[in-house]
Amino acid sequence: MHTKGLKMAEVEGAAAVTRSEIQEEYKKFIGRKIFFISFFLLLTILLCGISISLGPLKFSVLEVYATILDRFFPNFFDVPELAPIVVWNIRLARVIMGVLAGVGLAVAGAVMQGVLRNPLASPFTLGISAGAGLGAALAIIAGVGFVGGGLLLVGNAFIFSLIPALVIVGLSRFKRATPETMILAGIAMTYIFSAVSSLLHYFSDAEALKDVVVWMMGDLGKATWDDLYIVAVVLAICIPVLIWKSWDLNVVGAGDETAKSLGINVERTRIVVMMTASFITAVIICFTGMIGFIGLVAPHITRICIGGDNRFVIPASGIFGAAFLVAADIIAREVLPPIIIPVGIITSFVGGPLFLYLIIRKKKEYW
Amino acid sequence: MKLKVENVEFSYTSVPVLTDACLELAQSEMLGIVGPNGAGKSTLIRCIDRILKPQRGSILLDGEELRHIGMRETAKKLGYIPQSASQVFPATVFDTVLMGRRPHIGWRSSEKDNEKVLDVLQMLNIEDLAMRDINETSGGQQQRVFIARALAQEPDILLLDEPTSNLDIQHQLEVMEIIKDLVVKKRISAIMAVHDLNLASRYADRLIIMKGGRIVEAGSPPDVLTPENIRSVYGVEAEVINRNGGMPYILPIRSVRQDGRRK
Repeated sequence: MHTKGLKMAEVEGAAAVTRSEIQEEYKKFIGRKIFFISFFLLLTILLCGISISLGPLKFSVLEVYATILDRFFPNFFDVPELAPIVVWNIRLARVIMGVLAGVGLAVAGAVMQGVLRNPLASPFTLGISAGAGLGAALAIIAGVGFVGGGLLLVGNAFIFSLIPALVIVGLSRFKRATPETMILAGIAMTYIFSAVSSLLHYFSDAEALKDVVVWMMGDLGKATWDDLYIVAVVLAICIPVLIWKSWDLNVVGAGDETAKSLGINVERTRIVVMMTASFITAVIICFTGMIGFIGLVAPHITRICIGGDNRFVIPASGIFGAAFLVAADIIAREVLPPIIIPVGIITSFVGGPLFLYLIIRKKKEYW
Repeated sequence: MKLKVENVEFSYTSVPVLTDACLELAQSEMLGIVGPNGAGKSTLIRCIDRILKPQRGSILLDGEELRHIGMRETAKKLGYIPQSASQVFPATVFDTVLMGRRPHIGWRSSEKDNEKVLDVLQMLNIEDLAMRDINETSGGQQQRVFIARALAQEPDILLLDEPTSNLDIQHQLEVMEIIKDLVVKKRISAIMAVHDLNLASRYADRLIIMKGGRIVEAGSPPDVLTPENIRSVYGVEAEVINRNGGMPYILPIRSVRQDGRRK
């Protein structure tokens, strides 16, 4: 009758796993995550070099690196004529914007999915992109906005894209919103913003309409060095905050009740993470327009490869997102030269089939 | 570690789910909570762990109000074991158990925490699951993982919300034996909501029986699990078999809905 409970294992042969074996395997698992991050870091650097080397004036990839390094270590490298001007004044800003936007959008998507425990969360499903779209439409078509002058478009897109985050935070403050409510609220706002945008589109003249549509497709070419500084500073502040919260994010992933029982203030974590992620997204898309897909899919592809531990998923998605966006931008510039296709089209075009392939190949719960 | 729950009240909107709940728990004691669906068993457990914040009453740990000691400190003393996993994204069993170290560490785990995780995995005999995804394990294995996570917290009291309700009889017994063993050997206390009256009778040192958010009776299993109590609380006519020296064995006979109330 009284069996020693602790000895009754699910008997699966004599496959006794020793402590050191688990430790070994766990280390290997972490090694795989670090390999993923290092691999895509190197790939990003390589892709940046390739991206800069391409264009009407061709350089080799090594010449590109030499040109860049020459700025920091003068008289050390052989720099081709014209290269400094082309690289620094024309091409580098675009590529850096690609890296920053890729990192930011992917990290924002990863933490939003994590903190809402929902694989469908992304800047698009939460209404952030639609808000930016409305802001842009108001600026371009109606010429109205919160800030005037040269910043009208950017300022409008930024402010409108923060509205969903404020509504979502308000909801959770006053109505105890569950993650599901937050996502549904985000979708509702997407519809509202889209309806108002469509109304504006309908009454606008052809020229303005084209401007709005092109803006919404997302393009890295609009970035100036000043824009880059802003985005870089925001990322440099926000991403460490999110990485610092990554342990809490893991615990929230086990369910709200469990997280609370482990001493996590779930509501506050949710608000901090949602606000930070929304802010990152807003700052990026107000300069680039809507670049879809990365925020949704880069985190998923990352988790398929390295599992769901947010301490690694956050940096790894970011670097994967950067590589992906820089690669997409290369394609956008090279398929139909001299025409540059908006990169937002390419990310969805290339990313969609890639993601479908991964879903079909993997047989887990939702992948 | 001694736990005292005094006059705890909780309501979601205006409907009270828990009224005037009082209980006491001694060290190394296993307290079972029984009662029909919606009686407030889970709510009581969640209020004790402050997953839900009770509107009234107090929960005292060695005379100290839980409300005042903060969530993180509470997590070092009380370990909560949910009924089932709500993990959406992949997480290995190892990382799931490592979450139990959260109350003790800052933003990064150390080698010492990994050692602790290995200890509890070993204690519960689930080392072979360490690198498996939690969502790919069975219900019985998941309960062990959750117990392991709670033990990684190094708590004084375990709170279990119907730990056996998704399990087959073999796993039900195994989980109960594990808890009993911890209570006896590690001098941990446990509060457990249970549906199965026979499991409750056999494993709990003391029982409370609840109905409609109120505690109807508290005491030893033979005192609480009487035909009268089962009839008035569950509306079920039951035979209570008292074997020599053993705990009562309950044999439900038929539902007596209306009649039970008129009695």
